[in-house]
Amino acid sequence: MKRTISIALLLAGTVLFAGCGGKHNVNEPPAAGTQAPGSSGNAEEGASTSTNPLDSDAANAARSLNAAPPSKRIIYFDFDKSEIKQEYADIVTTAARNLTGNPNLKLKLEGNTDERGTREYNIGLGERRAQAVRRALMLQGVAESQLSTTSFGAERPAVEGDDESAWSQNRRVELVYGP
Amino acid sequence: MNKLCSLVLLGFLMWGADARAEFVVEVTRGQTQAIPIAVVPFASAAETAASFDVAQMISEDLARSGRFKTMDVKDMIDQPHAGANIAFDDWRRLNNDYMVVGSLQSTAADRFNITYELYNVLTRQRLLGFQISANRPGLRLASHQIADAVFEKILGIRGAFSTRIAYIAVLGHVPTKNYELVVADADGENPHVVTQSKEPLMSPAWSPDGGRLAYVSFEDRLSTIYVQDLKSGERRRISAHAGVNQAPAWSPDGKKMALTLSTRDGNLDVYIMDLDSQALTRITDDPGIDTEPQWSKDGQSLYFTSDRAGGPQIYKVGIRPGDKPRRMTFQGSYNARPRISPDESQMSFVTQDEGGYRIATMDLRGHGDMQVLTKGPFDVSPSYAPNGAVIIYATRDRGRGVLALVSADGRVQQRLVASEGELQEPAWAPF
Repeated sequence: MKRTISIALLLAGTVLFAGCGGKHNVNEPPAAGTQAPGSSGNAEEGASTSTNPLDSDAANAARSLNAAPPSKRIIYFDFDKSEIKQEYADIVTTAARNLTGNPNLKLKLEGNTDERGTREYNIGLGERRAQAVRRALMLQGVAESQLSTTSFGAERPAVEGDDESAWSQNRRVELVYGP
Repeated sequence: MNKLCSLVLLGFLMWGADARAEFVVEVTRGQTQAIPIAVVPFASAAETAASFDVAQMISEDLARSGRFKTMDVKDMIDQPHAGANIAFDDWRRLNNDYMVVGSLQSTAADRFNITYELYNVLTRQRLLGFQISANRPGLRLASHQIADAVFEKILGIRGAFSTRIAYIAVLGHVPTKNYELVVADADGENPHVVTQSKEPLMSPAWSPDGGRLAYVSFEDRLSTIYVQDLKSGERRRISAHAGVNQAPAWSPDGKKMALTLSTRDGNLDVYIMDLDSQALTRITDDPGIDTEPQWSKDGQSLYFTSDRAGGPQIYKVGIRPGDKPRRMTFQGSYNARPRISPDESQMSFVTQDEGGYRIATMDLRGHGDMQVLTKGPFDVSPSYAPNGAVIIYATRDRGRGVLALVSADGRVQQRLVASEGELQEPAWAPF
C-alpha cells in the first residue's frame, strides 16, 4: 500500500507539473502493469518512502483508529454538496491531531455519493468530497504527503435502497488510516 | 403473453449451472405500425427436432425489436417449408405481410444445413433464399443471422440480433458483494464472465474491432483502467496514476483511449492516451469535473460531460491544441454521459428533470432537437446498438438494477430482468 502510494505520488506529480495550462504531450513512464520498486527520496513532490516494520507505531495506530466506531471516521454530506458540515468538525480536528502527532501515519480519504445520476460523474463528486476533507486537514497543519484521496462514486454504497434514508448514509467520506 | 411464459420456461431449462442472469423480455410499449410476419416452424428430422427451434429464435428476435408483430404458431393451420407449398391466399387472410419458411437438415454428426426463404405474402415474391451451414453450437448464431437478414431486407436497416452486449453484474449484498463483467448475446443468452472482483468494476468499453474490452477496476481499492483481450483473457493495465483513472473511450481507429484522470488536488479532466506509447495529451483544463469522454466519428473531437457552468452539461471539443469546448446541451440543469450514434446523427445522454433521471436524445444534424425517451426516475448508462436503431440502458425495477431497451425514436420499450443480482452499465458491441 505504501509503495503504491509513493509511486502514485511520483506519477501524480509528473502529471500535475506537465499538465498545467493547456494541451501538450506528456510522456509518462509506462504505467502499464508496472508497480516500480519504491524509489527513495524522489524530490519532485517531497514524496518520501520509508519502510516500517509491521508492528510499528504507525501500523498499530492505524489499526486502532480504523477500529473506531463509524461515527468517528465517517463524514456525511448533503445531496449534491461537498461542504463539511459543522457537526463533523470534530472528526476533522481529531484526525488532524492524529496525523500531525504521528508523521508516519497516513490517511486515505474515500469519497462516495448516493446512487443517483451517472456513475462516472459521481466519481467526480465523490472525489470532490474527499478533497474537501483533505483541504480541511491541510489547513489544520497535516502534511500533504500523509494524505491521499480515492473516489468510489456510487459504487460502494454502505446501505442499499432507493430512498433518502439509504442515500443519506451513502453520501460520505470514509477515513482509512494506514502506516 | 403465453408465448413469453413458455419462452421463460424454455430459458430455465436450457440454462447451465453458471447462468447468472436471464432476460425476460416484456414489450412494454410496442410500435403501433409493427409489421405482421409469420415465421413458420422449420422442417427438421425427428432427431434434430428437439435440438433447436430456429423459427422460434427468429420470431423472438423480430418481435423483440418492436418493429414486427409475429404470428403465434398455434394459429398456423398449415406449416409449409418451401415456397412451392405456400397457399398465399390463406396467409394473406390471416393478415401477414411477410412470411419465413425453411428447413433444418442434419448433414453429419452435429452439422446442419439451414435453408430459409422470405416471402412477401401480398406479391408472392421471394425476397430471400439462402442456405447456411452450421454446427450445433452455431445454430443459435445462425438463427440470429437469419433474423438480421430478414430485418434488413424488409426495413432497410442492418439487423443487430447477432451482436453482443457487455454489462456489469453485482451479486450479493453489502459488505460481501461480487462484481462481474459479463459478455452475452444481444438477447441476454450465453453469458460469459470476462472478469470478476470483490471490488467494483465499471465503465466497460468495446474496442472498435470488438476484440477487447476496456474497463475500470477498483481491485486494489484504487481505480485502474485495464484492457482485456476477449479471446486470450489476457489483460494489460493501461492507466494506474494516482487518484482517478476512469471513463475509458476508444478512438474510432482503436489506437487511442480518451480517459479521465485527476490532478493532485482532485481536479478531474479529460486526457487522450496513445495506446502504444502511453503518451498522454491533456484535453481539458478546468476546475470543474470534466469526464465521460466519447469520440466523434472522425476521431477529431471529443464529447464530454462538464460541470464548469454549475451543473453537468455536455460539451464538444476538438482534440487539437487551442480548440475551445462548445456547449451542446442547454435544456435543464443536468445533462451527462453522452453516447454518439454510429452515424453520428444523434447523441444519447442522461437528463434530469421532474421525472428524475431519464434517457434523452439530441439530433446532431438538424437543430439540436432534444427528445426524452424514457420515463425514469433512475434511467442511466445509454448505449447504442451498432445499427443505431435501439438503445440499451440501465434502470431500476422494484428495487433492482435491470437493463432495458428503447428504440432510438422512443416508440418501442422493453425491459430485461435478471433472475439474479443487479445489472448495470450495459455496453453494446460493434458489428
